[in-house]
Amino acid sequence: MSVQLPYLLELLLSVLLVFGAALVLVGSIGLVKLPDFYTRLHAPTKATTLGMGSLLIASLIFTSYATGDLHVQQLLITLFLFITAPIAAHMLAKTALHLRIPSVERTIHPELQEQARQRLAPEDRDTTQTDPK
Amino acid sequence: MLMPALYIAFALISLALLLNVISLARGPSIPDRVLSLDTLYINSIALIIVYGIAEASTINFEAALLIAMLGFVSTAALCKYMVRGDIIE
Repeated sequence: MSVQLPYLLELLLSVLLVFGAALVLVGSIGLVKLPDFYTRLHAPTKATTLGMGSLLIASLIFTSYATGDLHVQQLLITLFLFITAPIAAHMLAKTALHLRIPSVERTIHPELQEQARQRLAPEDRDTTQTDPK
Repeated sequence: MLMPALYIAFALISLALLLNVISLARGPSIPDRVLSLDTLYINSIALIIVYGIAEASTINFEAALLIAMLGFVSTAALCKYMVRGDIIE
């Protein structure tokens, strides 16, 4: 490595890198360890996204310092991941509800699951509203 | 101090990728496997980012951006296929 960094900047980058990598690992451990699909969905979508944000900020600081001008690619990846991770998680949760993936025994309010399952797609909703039930 | 931190980050992210592969092979249902693949591509982006810092080059970030976009599209397409039975209706 040829780039010489000031001490404080190097410390900041090291802390961000180790923190981000540890959070990514925590997300993957949760993916393996947690009991059912709905709890497993939490681990990667929260811990991993925060870890990626931390890693990408470290990368942004490093490349901006090393090349001397601001690099926005990393910021673009960060924004993209932060926007798409909740959407992917929402779609996966809807899929799991649709396929009736079982949840753990002690899930509270199982009737809410049924209620969310009954909710229809937007294009089908108008016909059911006109039909009095 | 940066090189040891980079090596630690490499080790932790590689371990995370290994755990994702275990989860992908084990996951009892199809959404579990899709979730594992989703996490796998995000962690591979993390590995590429750390490699880019270690090499002090900016070429790898285009690859990271491509993986991010294609990964999201593939997750969305798989979810749509599982819910509606078709991708483009």
